[in-house]
Parts: sequence; C-alpha cells; structure tokens
Amino acid sequence: MLTAVKEMSAGASDPSLDPELIVQAFRTMLRARVQEDKLASLYRAGMIKGGVFLGKGQEALSVACGIFLRRPGDIFGPCIRDQAGRLAFGDTALDTLRTYFGSAQGPMRGRDGNIHRGVPREGYFAMISHLGSMIAVVCGALYARRLRGETGMVGVSVLGDGGTSTGAFHEAVNLAAVEKLPLVMVVANNQYAYSTPNSRQFACADLLDKAPGYGMAGHKADGTDLFSCLETLGRAVQAAREGHGPQLVVANLLRLVGHGEHDDAGYVDPRLRESNVGRDCLEVAAQLLIANDLTTAEEIAAWTVEAQTEVDQALSIAQREKGPDPNKEDWHAISTPHLVDGHFDEDNE
Amino acid sequence: MSVTYLEAIRAAQERALTDDPRVFIYGQDVGSFGGAFKATKNLAAKFPGRVVDSPISEDAMVGLAIGAAIEGARPIIEMQFADFSTAGLNQIVNQAATLYYRTDIPCSLVIRLPCGGTVGGGPFHSQSMEAIYSHYPGLVVMTPATVEDAYSMLLEAIAIDDPVIFCEHKLLYYHLKADKLPDLAMPAGKARIARAGRDATVVTYSAMLHESLQAAEDLVEEGWQIEVIDLRTVKPLDTDTVLASVARTGRLLVVGEAWPWGGVSAEVIARVATEGFGLLDAAPVRLNAKDTPVPYHPDLWAAHRPTASAVAARLRQLLTQ
Repeated sequence: MLTAVKEMSAGASDPSLDPELIVQAFRTMLRARVQEDKLASLYRAGMIKGGVFLGKGQEALSVACGIFLRRPGDIFGPCIRDQAGRLAFGDTALDTLRTYFGSAQGPMRGRDGNIHRGVPREGYFAMISHLGSMIAVVCGALYARRLRGETGMVGVSVLGDGGTSTGAFHEAVNLAAVEKLPLVMVVANNQYAYSTPNSRQFACADLLDKAPGYGMAGHKADGTDLFSCLETLGRAVQAAREGHGPQLVVANLLRLVGHGEHDDAGYVDPRLRESNVGRDCLEVAAQLLIANDLTTAEEIAAWTVEAQTEVDQALSIAQREKGPDPNKEDWHAISTPHLVDGHFDEDNE
Repeated sequence: MSVTYLEAIRAAQERALTDDPRVFIYGQDVGSFGGAFKATKNLAAKFPGRVVDSPISEDAMVGLAIGAAIEGARPIIEMQFADFSTAGLNQIVNQAATLYYRTDIPCSLVIRLPCGGTVGGGPFHSQSMEAIYSHYPGLVVMTPATVEDAYSMLLEAIAIDDPVIFCEHKLLYYHLKADKLPDLAMPAGKARIARAGRDATVVTYSAMLHESLQAAEDLVEEGWQIEVIDLRTVKPLDTDTVLASVARTGRLLVVGEAWPWGGVSAEVIARVATEGFGLLDAAPVRLNAKDTPVPYHPDLWAAHRPTASAVAARLRQLLTQ
C-alpha cells in the first residue's frame, strides 16, 4: 500500500492522478460493483434469462479504460467485464438493466442482451461474442475518421488473456500498427480464460512481449491498483491521441467471480487468490483513497447507499417496461425495403 | 469501342469514388498494383489515400470496413479470391450481417468476391460462395451475369445502406463484352427474362447464364423454346418472376455453378414446389457442380461444372418427361 501512496505523491503533477479524477474513478468502480452485485442476485433469483457475466476484481482497470475517453469523439469497444468502463463512458444502470431484461426501450430493444450492448453511433460499440473481432471494428472507425481529416481521437479496445490467442487479435493489432491508428489495446490478464490458465493460452513470458513484435508501444499496469491503472491508461491514451500509433496495455489481475454466474470458478488456484494479483481492486482503492485523504470510510458508505439507490430505481423502471412485441416486429435484417426477401414476409403475417 | 465485365467493375468503382467522398477501397494489392485482376487499376493514383493495400488479414479487413461503415463511410473490400473470404467469414456473417438488426445501424459496405471456376484454378481459386452468404440473414447477395449488371449493380451495392456480397465471376472478366456502359439500370432484387420461351424454364445466374443461353440456342433446332431467367440477385430471390415463368412453361430446371447441397438451386426449387406445385407438369430438377472440391485439371474441371451441353442434356430429359 505504501508504495502506491508514494507513487501517487510522486505523480502529483500527472493529470491522470488528479484527485477529482481519482474520486470519480473510484465512485464509478463502486457503482459498477453495486450494479453487478444486483445483477448476480437477480440471476440467482431466476429473474434474468440467459447468462450474467461480471467484472468483479477488474473494475480498476476497466474504469481506467473508459474514463479518459471523450463522448462524443472517441471510440470505446468494451469486453465482457467492463461495467466500470462502460459507466465511465456514459452507460447507465438503467440501460444495463434494460438490456438484461430485454426491454424494448433499451439500446438493444430485446434483440441482444447482457454485455452485448452499446450505442455505436456514439462511439460505444456493442460487442459480438467472438473474442478479438471488435478490435478491427474499432480500428475501422478510427480509420474512417482519419479519412475524413479528423485528428486527436482515440479508440480503446478491451480483451482478456484468452482473446489474445485468436487470429482476430493478431490480424487487427497488426493492422492497427501498419495503419498507425490511435488504438489503445488493453489486455486484462485475469489469469484464466473461462477455466483455462495462462499456461495453456500462451508461451511467451509476458503478454507485453507481443508489443515490440507488432511494432507497438507497450505499457504494464497493476490491475489491482487503481492508481497504476489510471496512470498507465492516461499515458497510453495520451500517446495514441498525440499520434504515436497503437499502444498495448497489459494488466495482471484476477477475476474474483466465475466466467459467468453459472460458474463457481473452482479451477482457480488458491495461491493466486492469496497473492498480490488476487487482491480486490475496490478494497485496495478504498484504502488508498482514505490513506491519501481523498475520502473517508463514512463517505464511501454514503456513496455505496447512493449507488444502491441508483440501481434500485433503475430496476423498478426496467422491470415495469415491456419487452418487444413479436407481432409488431418487421422481422427484417436489412434496411433497404426493395431488397428484403418478401418470400419470408408471408410467414410473418 | 467495347467494355468488358472487368472494366465495368472498375468503372463503377471509379464513378463511386468520384461521386461520393465516403467511398474507399481496401484490399490486398489493390493500391498502385491495381489488384490481382486489375479491377482497381489506376484508381490509387487518381484517388490518393482512398484505394489502399491491406495486410493479408481478411478478418481484420472486413472488421475495419464494419467500423468505417458505422462511422458513415462506404467501404469496398476486395477479396483477392472469393475462396479467401472464409478467412473473414466471422466478421461478415456475425458482425456485418447482424449490425442493423442488433443496433439499428445499417452496415453500408460492399465485399467484392472474384468467384467461380476458371481453367487451372483448382480447389481454392474457384469457389462459388453465394449460398453460404445467402444463408445468413442481413446480407444482400448479388451475382451479376452481364457487363451492364456488373456496372449498375455494383453502383447500387455501394449506394444502399446494407452489406452487399458482390459475386463477380472471374470467367466473365475479360471475355464478356458490351458496346457501352448502361445509362439506365434495372434495380437489384429483380430477376430478368434473358430469353423468352414456352417449353421449359431455366433459372440461373452468374456465368451459368451464358451456358444456359447456349443450351437454349442449341435446342432450337430440336424444336424447343426454352425460357431463361437470370436471377441477378440471389438474396433477395425474385420468386414472382420465377413462378410467372413456370406458369407459362410448366417445367423448371435450375442451374448453378455452386455445390449441390442446399444453396440457390435448392431454394428456388423449394419455393416453386411450395407455391407453384400445381403449375408444374414435371418434377423440378437442378444442375449443379459435383459434390467434390473444384478440381485442377481442365478435363476434370470441365466435367465438374455444368456446361451448355450438360444443361441441354438435362433439359432434353425434362422436356420428354
């Protein structure tokens, strides 16, 4: 703990460690944790159809991925465990719950669920399930903006350790480097891809070793330490924004929940849980903020109540909203009327 | 003065690049080299920064186009060969094809697939991919068979807001010619009666149109008048034009260069059998490539794909049933 405090005072002039920003980041982490705890209890109560995939233990890194981005202006391609980053980029408890409940008023209108939500027109991309495949899409948005003559934008794409083994990751990261795109590629190494440990995922000593291979700058963060995450992402986002090409950020941490709420994560090595990487980043951050007189335990308790009120209010709204009416759907997957295959329309009547 | 099928494709891209600043072309060797088939010849010099060589990364190429489309661009992705598009299949069918349904944002991109067999092409430079892409909701699949359609349908593909798989047949690139580019365009999504007849209907598309037209011509001296329908677009599939023709002829043969299992020919027959069973005087039949990879040797290849003589032979069987 003392190391981090020292780092903080040493970085006092670093804008990524501005006290207001730290407090905002912490409160966003807290909101994400409270919202995800609610999702877990709703899942256990059988009130959510489909899976629930949470980011407990990854909030420090996640919030840092979203908090330096401008909306509108930048692109955020979150992954599975990014509730904190999503909130930092402007998502809400209400749209989160609407998407889990399949509300017709949610951003996905019941057509897609849970973590597959976004508002692409506002740079908030809705992930598909195939890991690694959002990276190139973030690249394409940056490419199109550059083609229009825009500068100063940045795109953050987030992936886990398992996702780095995909061909899509390799292709997109290489393309980003070739095209010198302002991409920040964040890898949350949470030690396991579902149940598969790092040792069965890659053979390099450190995922950061991939950065020079692709011709990218590399940054390492301690994913359990909010200050380290903010400082690292602040630096990487700034470098990309200033035109220094794609940046690879790797952070070590541990997912403190199962892959989904159906999973008890019994495969996690207990020694990892007890090591530095198994620390709960939210608790670590709370202690750091208190030790640095940025808040008090009482204030954190009040913020927690506030976050609970926020999610409860959102829940009461989302629960009352109707799902989409199958009889009112046009069942068209394209937007051009004369190119819809009318043959199947007859089945819809 | 004449224009080839390939020149029509190049001309359409040049016109789109000229008329619409949102258009750009991304693909392997499409830049100063002008593309493996020269479909982008001279375009990189004329439109600096908008006709760009990509790394050999079909997945990332399509992913880039999707992100650009979300931002309002109109990307054209050139696959070097249709066969290689399977390396980008996930982005095409799971990302581009689902975007509008999931997010209400149309995915305005065109993926050009140089498809179909040529002499010596072999298993991995000869495939016809239209069935796979038509199977997935959210894609428009165009299969132009004429110079005029290659030009006007590519312009329409670029202009519409949805993702288009543009299947251009390599065998037609250099040999198929027209006097000039068309002034008026028949819209995509409508089939065309390429040859009128009364005894049987052949439904086909892409290069098989020309084999079928030859077969129809060959059968004239035997006294048969064959109607030939060019689908032009296989998704959507213009069922009405097909049914109207079958109503006139009572007999249906569907010809496709793709493999026989499932696919466009199966879909046409399923629709006619379902909606026009009473119109048929004989069981509908189809003629496709053989159910093996596309072979290398010219003799094997000639036997693998439907030819005019194979179409004529199948028609004779159908006409005497």
